[in-house]
Amino acid sequence: MSAMTPQPQTMLDRIWARHEVVAGGSGANSQSLLYVDRHLLQDGSAPAFEMLRQRGIAPRMPERAVATPDHYIPTDSRDLATLADPEKRAMAAALEHDAKTAGIRFFGLDDPRQGIVHVIAPEQGLSLPGMLIVCGDSHTSTHGALGALAFGIGAYEVAHVLATQTVWQKKPKTLRVTIDGTLPDGVSAKDVILTLIAKIGAAGATGHVIEYAGATIRALPVEGRLTICNMSIEAGGRAGMIAPDDTTFEWLAGRPFAPTGPAWDRSLREWRALATDADAKFDREVSIDATAIAPMVTWGNSPENALPISGRIPDPAALGDPARRAALLRTLDYMGLKPGTALTDVTIDRVFIGSCTNGRIDDLRSAASVAAGRHVAPGVEAWVVPGSNVVKQQAEAEGLDKIFRDAGFQWRYAGCSMCLGTNGDQVGPGQRCASTSNRNFVGRQGPGSRTHLMSPAMAAAAAVTGRLTDVRQLAQAVRS
Amino acid sequence: MKAFTRIDAVMLPIARVNVDTDQITPARYLQKPRSDNFGDYLFRDLRYAKDGREVTEFPLNRAPYRAAQVVVALDNFGCGSSREHAVWALADYGMRAVIAPSFGDIFHSNSLKNGLLPIALPVAAVQSLLDAAQAKPGASVVIDLEERKVTSPDGVTYAFDIDPRSRECLLKGIDEIDYTLTQIDAIRAFEQRIARQA
Repeated sequence: MSAMTPQPQTMLDRIWARHEVVAGGSGANSQSLLYVDRHLLQDGSAPAFEMLRQRGIAPRMPERAVATPDHYIPTDSRDLATLADPEKRAMAAALEHDAKTAGIRFFGLDDPRQGIVHVIAPEQGLSLPGMLIVCGDSHTSTHGALGALAFGIGAYEVAHVLATQTVWQKKPKTLRVTIDGTLPDGVSAKDVILTLIAKIGAAGATGHVIEYAGATIRALPVEGRLTICNMSIEAGGRAGMIAPDDTTFEWLAGRPFAPTGPAWDRSLREWRALATDADAKFDREVSIDATAIAPMVTWGNSPENALPISGRIPDPAALGDPARRAALLRTLDYMGLKPGTALTDVTIDRVFIGSCTNGRIDDLRSAASVAAGRHVAPGVEAWVVPGSNVVKQQAEAEGLDKIFRDAGFQWRYAGCSMCLGTNGDQVGPGQRCASTSNRNFVGRQGPGSRTHLMSPAMAAAAAVTGRLTDVRQLAQAVRS
Repeated sequence: MKAFTRIDAVMLPIARVNVDTDQITPARYLQKPRSDNFGDYLFRDLRYAKDGREVTEFPLNRAPYRAAQVVVALDNFGCGSSREHAVWALADYGMRAVIAPSFGDIFHSNSLKNGLLPIALPVAAVQSLLDAAQAKPGASVVIDLEERKVTSPDGVTYAFDIDPRSRECLLKGIDEIDYTLTQIDAIRAFEQRIARQA
């Protein structure tokens, strides 16, 4: 045998190669046919099942799929009948019917395992290292935090995966983001990812898979890693990934669908071998100094419009390019903001703590620690929407619900809720919302809504002061 | 799927970066049945004011652009949500292609499955097409998928790249699920291999 030195591989290379059913050609845009280990379905899947019915095809591998309603369900009750719009009710009802007809595992509203699909799949051990995971939702990038290759697909591709258990993909380029240093007090995973998006832009990682590395990432709990990978898509990334380590394995051990016994030991050996080789080359490299990160908030209609809380609203007059100036004027007009205004002078009407970005137990603990002993400011309506029933029960066991309720927050049931308002949970026209969700697009939280993205602690701080607030100063004010 | 070979069509200039799929089709239409004409929802909140009147400055509301079949836009067109409804809205309106320097990855995939051709060209090329479309509303562009070429109103030709299999499917109007089912033996063999390894 010849002593060939194996080519150093990235984690993406390894997972890609293991899932290639038909290899792509040599062209830059050639696509491979990839096998899907786990297909996550939510209540936006009705058009895909309809496409399948029209073709007379049944799902090929229903045991590889899991379904839960999250987009079209009420969060003030568990009764679907309370949704006023019959078309919205039909979406959640269709998922139950389609999943049960196909023999797909279904966690309904009455199931303690129901929740936002990107919260429940890791929580149940359905998303595992080394897997190829898809879902008809862009925030599927979340699951890469466990060392999986996970990406969002469209409705047609959902039908394609149901029919063939495969998906065509061009192999993305690779971008490694290395983050080193200790995060300052009051700074969280959300601030890390908003800092990255502000740095590289909303198209900064288009066509790339982002692998997050460095001591800061290693020190983050799985919840924080999920937050970071979740928003990879907001930098344009096809996926986000983090090499699985002991933190990952401890977090996964004992979860309902995680392997057990000898299968667990065998899986651990495979998972430990997934990490990128030390000498592997990435197409691009970006590094971030964690010690320099401050609590971030967005001020515009793209997640790249993020600034440290000490910042001010940018001034269009400072821009030379007329097209960029016009775009900024349009944004400030929509957001109802004046150039030069200190971010901390911006008052808010609504607060939303939840979503697949920040609806996990660590997020609620962080927000509750700020809310404890304080009260929501007059005129502000603040909601906490746990990411899953499991998160909700855990929070209640820890007494977090009481802290929130005593502070004047609404404590609601699990779902996507006000992140995009498809269930009717919306921010009103002209209202300004401090939100832990992932997108601040025009009309994202409802027509005319004005969204400022931030961490759970920062959203809780905004709730109690009624304006965008540096959570670190709030803490100091109490101490002094 | 509707086949795409060659078109000679009016351009719609959308001189904006980061046009997200929420702008192309707002979330409040996502539960609508596919049998609806999603063209009515295209750029809904950019096209219409709150009172339902047309926003006159938006290009789609100007006579020469109403017949457009090619969107020309700036970086990161179709970023954000994976909603295929954005592609359905463009396709149902009658759009056949989108030209931009870059696309949201999921939007790009969704387009190819629906007979909508996404064409990535360098920024300078896109800017000159935008300038032409704005200077002369109703100006048209020729897109030849067989040749993989875009020809501007003043005769400048730009080559573009596309995955060969997607091009083949578009040229012949082949449905991708039907295409993949022809590879079912490879899928079965793969499944048998992973079952043995487990």
